[in-house]
Amino acid sequence: MTAASRREFVAILAAAGGGLLLGYRAEGAQGAASSAAAATTSPGFAPNAFIRIAPGGGITLIMPQAEMGQGVYTSLPMLLAEELEVAPGQIRLEHAPPDDKLYANPFFGEQMTGASSSVRAFYEPLRRAGATARAMLVAAAAASWNVDPASCRAHKGVVTHTPTRRSLTYGVLAARAAALQVPDKVTLKDPKDFTLIGTPAKRLDTPSKVNGTAQFGIDVQLPGMLIATVAASPVLGGKVARLDEQKAKAMPGVRQIVRLDDGVAVVADHMWAAKQGLAALDIRWDDGPNAKLSTPDIVQGLAKASESPGVTARKDGDPESALAGAAKKVEAVYEAPFLAHVTMEPMNCTVHVRKDSCEVWTGSQVLSRARATAAEVTGLPLEKVVVHNHLLGGGFGRRLEVDYVTQAVRIAKQVNAPVKVVWTREEDVQHDVYRPYYYDRLAAGIDSQGRPVAWTHRIVGPAIIARYVPLFFKDGKDVDAVDGAVQLLYDIPAIRVEHVRHEEPALNTGFWRGVGVTHNNFVVESFIDELAAASTQDPVAFRRAMLGKSPRARAVLDLAAKEGRWGTPLPRGRGRGVALLYSDWGSYLAQVAEVEVTGSGDIRVRRIVCAVDCGRIVNPDIVRAQIESGVVYGISGALWGEVTLKDGRVEQSNFHNYRVLRMNEAPPVDVHLVRSGEAPGGIGEPGTAVTAAALSNAIYAATGKRLRKLPLQPGLASSTR
Amino acid sequence: MVTVKVNGKSHQVDVPSDMPVLWVLRDVLGMTGTKFGCGMALCGACTVQLDGQAIRSCLTPVSAAAGKAITTIEAIGATPAGKKVQQAWIALDVPQCGYCQSGQIMSASALLARNASPTDADIDAAMAGNICRCGTYGRVRAAIKRAAQRSSISGTGARS
Repeated sequence: MTAASRREFVAILAAAGGGLLLGYRAEGAQGAASSAAAATTSPGFAPNAFIRIAPGGGITLIMPQAEMGQGVYTSLPMLLAEELEVAPGQIRLEHAPPDDKLYANPFFGEQMTGASSSVRAFYEPLRRAGATARAMLVAAAAASWNVDPASCRAHKGVVTHTPTRRSLTYGVLAARAAALQVPDKVTLKDPKDFTLIGTPAKRLDTPSKVNGTAQFGIDVQLPGMLIATVAASPVLGGKVARLDEQKAKAMPGVRQIVRLDDGVAVVADHMWAAKQGLAALDIRWDDGPNAKLSTPDIVQGLAKASESPGVTARKDGDPESALAGAAKKVEAVYEAPFLAHVTMEPMNCTVHVRKDSCEVWTGSQVLSRARATAAEVTGLPLEKVVVHNHLLGGGFGRRLEVDYVTQAVRIAKQVNAPVKVVWTREEDVQHDVYRPYYYDRLAAGIDSQGRPVAWTHRIVGPAIIARYVPLFFKDGKDVDAVDGAVQLLYDIPAIRVEHVRHEEPALNTGFWRGVGVTHNNFVVESFIDELAAASTQDPVAFRRAMLGKSPRARAVLDLAAKEGRWGTPLPRGRGRGVALLYSDWGSYLAQVAEVEVTGSGDIRVRRIVCAVDCGRIVNPDIVRAQIESGVVYGISGALWGEVTLKDGRVEQSNFHNYRVLRMNEAPPVDVHLVRSGEAPGGIGEPGTAVTAAALSNAIYAATGKRLRKLPLQPGLASSTR
Repeated sequence: MVTVKVNGKSHQVDVPSDMPVLWVLRDVLGMTGTKFGCGMALCGACTVQLDGQAIRSCLTPVSAAAGKAITTIEAIGATPAGKKVQQAWIALDVPQCGYCQSGQIMSASALLARNASPTDADIDAAMAGNICRCGTYGRVRAAIKRAAQRSSISGTGARS
């Protein structure tokens, strides 16, 4: 692309971004509700649920997946635009309404943005949607000229009859194309003809995110809207025992106190009054059955459960005999703590319950679930519940849950106005759906040449899949709990990977930027490092020798080692660690982390190098951004992330005691991409999952201390003592 | 009644004098570009400028803004530093979820307005209070440097 056209491109995109949001705003409270209806009643061309071309030429793409930073509001439009033959600057985006029939993620059969799946799941369906629409527009043009469609070409929203250079815009063709039958078969472009896919096209959402116009759920404003904030029982399963609301009720701006069985909300004119009112409430809680539970009790339960076998997820050879016959045996127990998500946008949901309808405004990764819970709480039929999605101020799996929607609807049922329920940060940290605590037992056998001959890995933790998608939970197997462990790529003849299901009693647990893999990769790649040390081999060479059957894994390992200057000397107190990741996301990632442990025992991450093979890349700049992002999220979790319970209460509450990485602590992250024609792999989560092991291995290289329990910073401190 | 001057415009608002500027902006004036993140001045999502200085609006009572000029993300593009920062942010596609970016941009433009060519240490000092859970730190740093470069090349300076 030339410099001039590049500038033009950016300018057009800026206009498109502004237009998107202005349009969304202009639609206001009611308009967006009718977006689904518009798709069916508009006289324009809507060959499928993702594309709408107005007679005037306005091209609207309806986004089935939620934008939470991962860039799908750019990568998914790129897939559609590539085949539809429109420029990114010509399109306007719209959030899909809740509708599993039209907008289900093909991987899950429901509307769900998670598991690093958006590009993987929609790579073909959206291209097909675009190609179908293009074929119909071309057919409409060819019919109007009475020429062979093959002699026509579509480009930037215009169909041209090449021999005569006659042309018609999509807007002009829309009505005519709408009358045509949708073709069964369309030909997708050969990847070598891609003009958009594979380019670092600018993000469509950036302009609105630098001037304050981007609309998150928390930014909703409605006529007559009240603001509420809430205190749920500090102990899971607890109830409100007694409530004195006199003082709160008398405060200026406070309108109403809403009592739920397990919480209290203060409804006010603004958040300040709501917060003041909440602070003034005198609530006595009945803490319920979890009143006395603390973290050590939970760990004890997990440890006990780890003594019995679980459901085997993979068995190669005869691991028990191989272990018994090995020249050397290495055993270890690994632990990973509860983690909070702490999205920058605290949980919030706005609801207006009327006599015969309910309207919800929020940011959700599972829009149809948000609608279902609102219907259930209000007792209204699904079609009487309208849900408007928004940009998400962070998701990370937190907004795969609809607890905050359920609660907001319960509150709104008692309020005679639209009410925006906003959680304080404290409420957000203490009522999360946490990454579970995991407890893993491993054993490996090494032969006399230092080669691993047996590997057993017992994972103890909950089965989130059983709660979240019971249909996917078959024969007691939770694919997520063992993800990143069961794929073990290393050439080891005897392997057993098993999962012991053990549910936590006192905290809700769920997905956290790659839940199963985040803990499994830490465990597997740390233990592999232990085996390298036990057989006195270099960690990269040790892994490499076992990757003969996995050329893609070996290639990223080699690339990360080269770019990470593996093997070159480092000053005292510094070390490099390596980790390799492959999982159900389908991407290969190797990381070399360089860490310094200061004289006072502080861990400082100096540099991170990642080599990534995620198959075909839709937008390389977004892939880079996702790796950079995942790594930072991973560092926060690995160094400091830990939610602890005391007497049933979460001890952390805000950023002062739930520490996350800041600008001055963030290392440079170098990302190296492997060109590949393989199917696209997921990219939102791998950067997070691979980081803990690389850091831990680097700390081992720097200090000789093997940390088997996350988070690393307190672990290192206690091991120094 | 309290009078607040936001983006050059005076507003009479009927709020308690201890009410933080954040909620006056968001819930009374309907200016939602400034974000709520923590309520304890720990995360920087609520950063606005008070007479050009970056402050955390979640803990700044509206009384402390009396007689002073509040600038928010909605108008920062009208300042030379703010405009360059926004342009650099777009050029490098800094935002991901975008929720913290109003605060990042308000801190960065305050920095550039007083220091046309900040060092890495200056950037650390000015930006360490702005948390980004999407981890855009590397791009924030690069964009600040890019904006600073543009300032010195254009010769207009970042001081306003």
